Amino acid sequence: MHSTNYVIMFVLALTSLVAIGLTTLREVTFDTAEMNKAIFNKREVIKAVADHIGLEPGQKVADLPNERVLEIFENDIKQIVLDMDGNEVDQNTVQKVYKGGLAEHIDMSKEKKKDEKDRLLPLYVYSKGGNTKYIVSVIGSGLWDEIWGNVAMESDLNTVVGASFDHKGETPGLGAEIKDNPVFAAKFRGKQIYGDGEIKLNVRKGGAKDATYDVDGISGATVTADGVTEMLQRGIAYYNPYFSKIKSSK
Amino acid sequence: MAETAVVEKKQAVSEPLFGKKEKKLITDPLGDNNPITIQVLGICSALAVTSLVVPSLVMSVAVVFVCAFSSLFTSLIRTKIPKQVRMIVMLVIIATLVTVVELMLKYLNYPIYKQLSVYIGLIITNCIVMGRLEAFAMANKPWRSFLDGVGNGLGYGVILVAIAVIREIFGKGTLFAGSAVEMKIIGASNEVTSYWINTAAESGIGSWFSWYSNNNLMVLPAAAMFIIGIMIWIQRSYRPHLVDIS
Repeated sequence: MHSTNYVIMFVLALTSLVAIGLTTLREVTFDTAEMNKAIFNKREVIKAVADHIGLEPGQKVADLPNERVLEIFENDIKQIVLDMDGNEVDQNTVQKVYKGGLAEHIDMSKEKKKDEKDRLLPLYVYSKGGNTKYIVSVIGSGLWDEIWGNVAMESDLNTVVGASFDHKGETPGLGAEIKDNPVFAAKFRGKQIYGDGEIKLNVRKGGAKDATYDVDGISGATVTADGVTEMLQRGIAYYNPYFSKIKSSK
Repeated sequence: MAETAVVEKKQAVSEPLFGKKEKKLITDPLGDNNPITIQVLGICSALAVTSLVVPSLVMSVAVVFVCAFSSLFTSLIRTKIPKQVRMIVMLVIIATLVTVVELMLKYLNYPIYKQLSVYIGLIITNCIVMGRLEAFAMANKPWRSFLDGVGNGLGYGVILVAIAVIREIFGKGTLFAGSAVEMKIIGASNEVTSYWINTAAESGIGSWFSWYSNNNLMVLPAAAMFIIGIMIWIQRSYRPHLVDIS
């Protein structure tokens, strides 16, 4: 049996040693890890406009080299941050909350916890050769945890050109298919978002009925699919004030 | 610390580095002393991560790493660990190694980290790691503890991957989905799975049994329970001495 003093000293020594070691490792790997994370997020945004970035046949966004991802973001994508009234927020104001101050730096999961009227919205405008696409980011809840995604639309702000989804903890093989099975996201292509002035785009259990607005659900993942519908209808509506400004200025 | 190191060095001369006993430390957990099928430990993660092969493989590698090095470190300081707090000390060592795995994954391959982040954290709660530290590393020398850790990690990994192969083939009809070598094994080429069919056609592997439709039960964790049960049954029918008569 060791004395109490020995126990306290031992635990203190061990934990300090571990703390120093882990902190050092984190510091050393931090910059690369952050860079990896930024590229990962940028890739998710690009996935939504995968059809328009000039991929070779059979090539996937996941296979694009990191430099190319950064290049597309640098040259062809304009990042805008909006408030809930549809006004653009300048970089310095955003910088007070998010380091970097661009749309890509916005933490959607933090925004979700804010009051609806105070939220910041990232908007990516992809334009190349007179071809403009708008990419919006949405976040919602699946069965177990958060789900989020990016939806790209034509310059008519109605026709979907692509989408990408991700999740925190949906069941592999069921809810996780929104990310793992590219066919799910691909089915959003060509769908219309608005009908009679409201958002009608949705994921329908048991298969699409109205080919204009409905996307086939995933069997065994009803709650996740309903989450996607709710996320899209609420999330895209946040951008309505800005979209009506664009439309009226045209 | 220095004293014990000297003593160990002296004994190490008389013991072979990789003799019969050492070999047994690796092979035993793969067969007659398997952590999952015999000791019935680590079942939680064996149910949770085995719906796909790729995450199971990464999980196995991570567990081998954590198990081996936590055994090594615990064994190195085993004479210094106060008995009253040994569990907490072991937990600190395990948690540290798991954090190292997490940081390294973030650094080396962020997409895999995103895919596995929840599961990697689960290694801390894996009873096999803690069990080996308490039962073996606290009473044995570092090198043998390290081998014991590797062996038990492998014993866990082998079963994990075996379950995952069965579940992925019958649950999704694919193998290695999500990696560069993903292939479609069985199932119809309906619209939902057409992506996998296409990739399979590209890689030159056709799809067999097109009449098969995916079994959703295999996707759910309950299927792993049945598969583990069947594995235990088969193993014990061939090895009657493993059957616990009490």
